[in-house]
This record gives sequence, structure tokens and C-alpha cells, in this order.
Amino acid sequence: MTGSTEGVWLHAVVPHIDPATLDGVPGMDGVRLSVVRAAGLTAVVSKVPLSRYGEEPMLRNLEDLTWLESAARAHHVVVDALSRVGPVVPARLATVYLDPDGVATLLTDRRDDFVDGLDRVAGRAEWGVKAYAMESVTETPGAAESGTAYLRKRRAQLTAHSEGLENAAREASAVHATLAHFAAGARRHAPQDRRLSGAETAMVLNGAYLVDQDRVTEFTELVSALSKCHAAVRIELTGPWPPYSFIAGETS
Amino acid sequence: MTDLLYQPVPLVDLLDRVLATGVVITGDVTISIAEVDLVRISLRALVASVGALAEDGEGFDVFGSASLG
Repeated sequence: MTGSTEGVWLHAVVPHIDPATLDGVPGMDGVRLSVVRAAGLTAVVSKVPLSRYGEEPMLRNLEDLTWLESAARAHHVVVDALSRVGPVVPARLATVYLDPDGVATLLTDRRDDFVDGLDRVAGRAEWGVKAYAMESVTETPGAAESGTAYLRKRRAQLTAHSEGLENAAREASAVHATLAHFAAGARRHAPQDRRLSGAETAMVLNGAYLVDQDRVTEFTELVSALSKCHAAVRIELTGPWPPYSFIAGETS
Repeated sequence: MTDLLYQPVPLVDLLDRVLATGVVITGDVTISIAEVDLVRISLRALVASVGALAEDGEGFDVFGSASLG
């Protein structure tokens, strides 16, 4: 009883894999990972029940943040483990095939795209650089202040706030330009909503940079130097990430 | 467990990456991500989850400002 009840969740495509790499790395719902080989490529997959991963249940599940989070983390664990041993082309979350043959066909049909993608990310990792506007300094008006003085001060504060944001946005673009010049690839994600990130101030840069592994120290030093010379932003570095941000776009 | 092997990463950073990026595949899949607006769906889940914080009526701003690339 396979085929009709079991689907294949695609995690990533790699050139070749030592099966030992997959030992102890749990797949979706903790299942043992499987591989599908074709056209000299290897797809790393989890066998999943279509009762939960078929189109209809999955569309429902994707609306459930708890499910979404656990699926995103489970998928990431696999992609991350693969990225530590060699180049990897991650699949977007929730790519589920009806059977392994569909995955084999994909590897064959899109071989050139996968090979290009693997070449591009080989020996490189993704780093995230986020910049937030600095907290604007807000003075509490004195208790004995007149209404007019209060309003004048308040207006000055608002002006300072918007100028602060403009400065921060300008510095963020400068930071991005410098990092993009250094990196092998660069991409700006949309700034995260403050309610989701929990940040105190507005995000002005949500950048991803593809960095050669032997230049990581230089890159982190560059981030640190940029952080010191840009006073209008607070910079955060995350990574290394699998090269998630440098795969999209090769859909031709 | 996995937490010992892998540093937990902030969910919002992870979703930026696993939803908006990665190879896009159409064809013989149960859900075609290229056709289903997964990002919109997930953001609806995110918005619902932060609904308690978003009572200022700006809930829908998330769709505009956090399109995750």
C-alpha cells in the first residue's frame, strides 16, 4: 500500500551523498530520510503520509503556525545538515511529490539548473545581516512645561524620528552595497514586521549574502567595521545558513 | 534531540528563507508552490498568531510590508 497513501517531501538536491551523512538526521515527523537518485544527482526526501501532506490537509496545516513552525524547523534540520557536508540546492518548504518517480523526473528534466545551482553555492554559505534603526532618543517633557513648549518639543521629536529613520535607511543601503560588493551573491529580503521579529525599532535592512567559506572571517570583520562606522543603525549578523536565498530565480 | 545538534534559529528568519526561496518546482507535486500563494497563506497564519498584539488595526500591513521578498 504505497503510492496512493504516501507522498515524497523533497528537502534538497545534492550532487552525491555518503549515506552515513543522513544517519541520525530526522526527516519530517522524525522519519528516516530516503534518497532518490537520477541524472547523477541525489534528492534527499522524507516519505510522508498524504493524509497529512496531501494538498488539502497541507493547505490547512500551513495556516497553523505551530504546524508551520515545526515543518519549517524539521525541513531546515535536514537542509542544514546537508549544507555542512557539501553544496546543496534547498527545495522550498512544502514541496511534496506523489511518488519517487516524480522526483527522479525532476532531477532529469532540471539537471542543468541543479548543476548550475550547486556550482554557484559550492564552498560558500549564506549569512544574514539585519539592520535596525537606532532607538530615537525621546525626552520626557518636564512636568511644569507649558502646552506650547510641550507641542514644540513634541514636533521636534517627530521630526528627529523621521530624520533618524531616513538616516538609518540610507546607512542600511550603504551597508548593503558594501557587503554585496564583497560577497559572491546578495539579496535583500523584505524587512520583517516588528510584531513578528519582536524588535524595538524598525528594520531597515534584511540582507542575505553568499560568502566564500575561506572569506568568512573577512566578512564578519567587515560587518563589525560597518557596524562601528554607521551610528544610525544597529546591525545583527546571523549564520551560517544553507544557501536558501540564492536558489530562487533559477526557474527557467 | 535536534536542539543539541543545531542552534535554534529565529522562526521569522527561517520563514524568510524557506518560504520565499528555494527551488521552485511545478508539475507533479501535490501543491504547486508557484501557483499556491504560500507566502500569503503563511503570513495569514503569522498574523493570526500575533493577532493579540495587532489590535491597532494594522494587521493587514503585514501583507504589504513583509512579503518576504
